[in-house]
Amino acid sequence: MQQFRAFWEPHRIVMAVIFAAIVVWCAMTLRWDWLPDYAPLALEGLWRTIWILVVTIVLGFLLAVPLGLAQAIGPWYLALPAKAFCTVIRGTPLLLQIWLLYYGLGSLFPQYPWIRSSELWPYLRQAWPYAVLALTLSYAGYEGEVMRGAFAGVKRGQLEAAKAFGMPRFTMFRRIWLPQAIRSVLPTLGGETILQLKATPLVATITVIDIYAVSSRVRSDTFIVYEPLLLLAVVYMILAGVITLLFSRFENRGQRRAS
Amino acid sequence: MQAFFDMLGLGSSAELLSLSPPGWGGNLLRGLANSLKIALGAFGLGLVIGLFGACGKLYGGKVTRDLLAVYTTVIRAVPELVLILILYYVGTDVINKISEAMGGDRVEINGVAAGIWVLGIVQGAYATEILRGAIQAVPVGQIEAARSFGMPSAMTMRRITIPAMMSFATPGLANLWLIATKDTALLAVVGFSELTLETRQAAGSTRAYFTFFLAAGALYLVVTLLSGLVFARIENWARRGQPSLKGAR
Amino acid sequence: MKFKALLTTTAAASVLMAGLAAAEPVKIGIAAEPYPPFSSLNAAGEWVGWEIEVINAVCAAAELDCVITPVAWDGIIPSLTGKQIDVIMASMSITEERLKTIDFSDAYYNTPTVVVADKAFDIAPTPDSLKGKILGVQASTIHQAYAQKYFADAEIRVYQTQDEANQDLFAGRIDATQADSIAMSAFTDSDTGSCCEIKGQVADDPAILGRGAGAGVRKGEPELLEALNAGIAKILEDGTHAKITSGYFSASIY
Repeated sequence: MQQFRAFWEPHRIVMAVIFAAIVVWCAMTLRWDWLPDYAPLALEGLWRTIWILVVTIVLGFLLAVPLGLAQAIGPWYLALPAKAFCTVIRGTPLLLQIWLLYYGLGSLFPQYPWIRSSELWPYLRQAWPYAVLALTLSYAGYEGEVMRGAFAGVKRGQLEAAKAFGMPRFTMFRRIWLPQAIRSVLPTLGGETILQLKATPLVATITVIDIYAVSSRVRSDTFIVYEPLLLLAVVYMILAGVITLLFSRFENRGQRRAS
Repeated sequence: MQAFFDMLGLGSSAELLSLSPPGWGGNLLRGLANSLKIALGAFGLGLVIGLFGACGKLYGGKVTRDLLAVYTTVIRAVPELVLILILYYVGTDVINKISEAMGGDRVEINGVAAGIWVLGIVQGAYATEILRGAIQAVPVGQIEAARSFGMPSAMTMRRITIPAMMSFATPGLANLWLIATKDTALLAVVGFSELTLETRQAAGSTRAYFTFFLAAGALYLVVTLLSGLVFARIENWARRGQPSLKGAR
Repeated sequence: MKFKALLTTTAAASVLMAGLAAAEPVKIGIAAEPYPPFSSLNAAGEWVGWEIEVINAVCAAAELDCVITPVAWDGIIPSLTGKQIDVIMASMSITEERLKTIDFSDAYYNTPTVVVADKAFDIAPTPDSLKGKILGVQASTIHQAYAQKYFADAEIRVYQTQDEANQDLFAGRIDATQADSIAMSAFTDSDTGSCCEIKGQVADDPAILGRGAGAGVRKGEPELLEALNAGIAKILEDGTHAKITSGYFSASIY
């Protein structure tokens, strides 16, 4: 209650009223008659956006751990490629990476007739495998850099203590090093996930029908420009808000266990 | 070696990438120049917005602070691609309407200017947060000392706060600059002839997708690596006079 | 480049038609993606093609001072209504849907719509034949609208440019693409297009496929519309249109 009252200061009430007025004005004067027709399509697109986001984050993180580890303690023949990979991914636009994977690889297929008769062809024809691959690599590239710092940041003494107890190297990694590294990156994960969410609309440029592609479809079918874009922005804001909430709960729980 | 290049469809890359027609290298470089122009402009605009935004967030009134919080939250939650479309179509429309309402002529918004202002607003939100953090990291005593000598607040900003916060802000700003160069690629979606769109046009016309996308990637990478060097020097310069961190370890 | 444009602006200002805003060049919006043989960017960074020549001819005939401005195809109508460009001349078909938002000049070319597929496949441009197949179309085109209505049983994949749809047809990722016949013959005649052939015209539906490509202008600008119509009529009459066409195609496309 105290918190509630502290938040609703007079100027905030005025701002909220103005905001509500803008929302009402938007609802009344802008065109929303297309909404019912496209609602099923939009839900499908929303589902695909979330699906791609979750899959690429999980896969990307799994890839980021070895990338970070290789850079932090690997021998040079592992550290160097890992470092190069992260630099290239972080140094070039994702849009270009997506196009290179989709159209670049696509232009190679006709040279190799056996690809078309292979078992993988039904998947290679679809656009989503390329989208998932590109976004996974991108997330791994950024997160790999973060993980490098996290691995390097784990206190030496802890590792030495584990070694002194005669813990095998792999157990040491699994029990001491990895959990501590992950705990230290946890606060940044929420932000990284939102960045990844903001990268997902780029897959629409290679014909994956995510929520962004649905809004483009509305634009091209009905010539209504602003309304789908504004709604789209709101949808992304809600998604970002949900992610923030989820991660803050996640983080609280992690900290409680630590204490 | 030749066979390997042919396998990737890179057989005639050298001819395709030569700088004068019929090679497309000139087009790519023109695109790169446009990208850099937009990135520089947007970064600069973002810095200006960020400086005002940071001051507003730290020293402004309640309303200013809340409005700025809305600005930075919204911009950082919505994908750049969506923001670019909204700011590009709605923004130019609004500017024209305002100018017409004031009896002026239609404002000529060329591609580069539109790109700069669209990306600049996005950059501004991030710059606000970076600079706010950096200003907060400046020891309060230094600013209080300046005040106690009767230094006007603008001069305090210019002489004390900004130089002192530079070292805290440079890593974040370096990152922001890299984001700016990469975000220019998104302007391809609204039809700016920057590097990514030029690449796509060249690739589409010649069907050598692999060659051109790899070439463009290399150009972006060169920009990134060079920027890294430049920013490392800037950071060194900004840290001059500070005790070395190496000894502290 | 800019200096040259400035020169032509000042030179042409004196001969501008009455009623048009003085000294301001008319921005002709074209799609920023290659659409051969109508418009594409060459290695020297210049836009070339049939439509570019027609734009120049129409502008000369209408005594308009024109600047060609490339914008993204799927945002070309918002760019027009948002006043970033003044005219659309990007092979845009005159359709009922579009006429609700913008005005069109008279048509300056008209070509049928075809379906293209791999030579080895037996595909006809009918709903039955395309059922369950993957059909590529360009976003925001009559082809997208048509495919969504008539080929709803096919999996429709929407590309930002026709060029990318062609690339995927070549790569085998789509079974067929529906597009303009001239652009498609240019593709099937090219090296990469040799995989594929035109399988025939789709059944006509004037309500969706429209009545030829015209120049789009904002509503409420009758002077500009009249000037463009006069220009188009003039180049059709004095043989300029036919002359440009003969440089690209064997038959008339009006």
